[in-house]
Amino acid sequence: MSGTLDRRWIYLGMMLAVALPILWNGVTGKTFPESPTPPSQACFDAIEALPEGSRVLMSFDYDPASEGELSPMATSLMRHLMHKRLKPVVIALWPLGPTKAEETIANVIKGDFPDRVSGKDFVNLGFQTGGEGVLKVIGTDFRKQFPLDRSGTPVDRLPIMEGITKVGDFPLVITISAGYPGGKEWVQYVSSANPGLVLLAGVTGVQASQIYSYYPGQLRGMLAAIKGAAEYEALVSAAIDGDRVTPPLYTEARRRMAPQLFGHLLLIALIIIGNAVYFSQRGRKAVAQ
Amino acid sequence: MSRSIALLICLLGGLTMLVSPFLPMATEWSNEVTDWFNILAAMAFVLGGGSLLKVQLMRLSARGPGWGYSAVTLLAFIVTLWVGLGKVGVVADPSAPTVAWSGKPDDEGSAFWWIYLYVMTPITSTLFAVLAFYVASAAFRAFRAKNLEATLLLGTAFVILLGRTFAGVVLTGWLPDWASGLRLENLAVTIMDVFNTAGNRAIIIGIALGVAATGIRLLIGLDRSYLGGDA
Repeated sequence: MSGTLDRRWIYLGMMLAVALPILWNGVTGKTFPESPTPPSQACFDAIEALPEGSRVLMSFDYDPASEGELSPMATSLMRHLMHKRLKPVVIALWPLGPTKAEETIANVIKGDFPDRVSGKDFVNLGFQTGGEGVLKVIGTDFRKQFPLDRSGTPVDRLPIMEGITKVGDFPLVITISAGYPGGKEWVQYVSSANPGLVLLAGVTGVQASQIYSYYPGQLRGMLAAIKGAAEYEALVSAAIDGDRVTPPLYTEARRRMAPQLFGHLLLIALIIIGNAVYFSQRGRKAVAQ
Repeated sequence: MSRSIALLICLLGGLTMLVSPFLPMATEWSNEVTDWFNILAAMAFVLGGGSLLKVQLMRLSARGPGWGYSAVTLLAFIVTLWVGLGKVGVVADPSAPTVAWSGKPDDEGSAFWWIYLYVMTPITSTLFAVLAFYVASAAFRAFRAKNLEATLLLGTAFVILLGRTFAGVVLTGWLPDWASGLRLENLAVTIMDVFNTAGNRAIIIGIALGVAATGIRLLIGLDRSYLGGDA
């Protein structure tokens, strides 16, 4: 069977396992309840602990390939920062990161917090090439790597950048990363060199196992894959919306948990069926011999 | 002679980076070295573009298998480069509305933005999404409990797959508090927190020792493979 089953049936099964829950979400608007794991709760608590007006460095280290997992994290994190009246300074170590940042800023800040002013309440400083080289330099001279914001204004003229000379001047740094450079490099070159700095990371499922090694020492909190994003999203929604209905923009991660559930169940079923066939064939061969 | 200069640059750059955490006066030097690195990294973009052109043009001229893909790659590369460098369709910046090209190449409404939004994003997202189908097929065909190690791996996979979804809550949420550690969602955390972390830290420490050894070999000129050829 394992040799003869047309893989197109498996593909069809996966398509249905993902598509039907998406349709169910769309029709009913329901999502599964989420209870936060310690790494997600730690992310929420770290942001809650900051006093109003604190500046937070937020690095968009991903591209569209990983946006399914990471964009909901970025959206929830930005919403939480804005709600707490914190001031995000956005950078990117990936060439397509600034565009993802612009999308998040447009959706969250311009959509729901239109009173916030660019350069005063938030700023996008864009992409800088060099990977860990950039992180090494901003450890001692932030403006050397990011002298202008995305619109070409010198950072010396931005109120949000007053007093910021190095990365250690930020009380909190958040990286949303899909690979290299990303969470690991932020730990190695920023967190380790600045013991007082709090580092949070939102990472893809593939990266999570590696990044987990740095939690909770060099990495105060971590959002691991879409599950971590859903847990954090639930925490933020509970804090901001309470009993009110959460706008759809802020339920993206939780809406992706139903397709994930049925996708995982299909995988488990396929593995069990494959093993059952394997052992029955092996048993028959042993009897025949 | 040129190799000696390259070795000297490597030695000086490496030593500067090595001593900078211990000597405050060397911090600025290490930033300078990192600046050189960043400039080289930026130049690598140009080098990468040149290399891509060369390889794809050679495949195209040879008309070997898959030459059509090379044609598509070249076309996409040239069009994107032209659109980005030429700021095609860029909307003028409000601060300088009469100055042509004053907007950014990836501003909303520009051709570069359009390519990013309607070509790049769907293609990369689709490629990533397609992995789910391949993983399902591979799991069915290759994931076998043939021995103890494979069985342990299989069991771990089941716990993680179930524990990272609502299935974990449904299946084991009824367990009393004193046995809450056995709930699938908590087991998944324990696996990541204990077994995965222990294994990964061992790997990371091993890699770090290897990097340190390689760094020393580079600094003292024992490893010259980065110079190319049979240096």
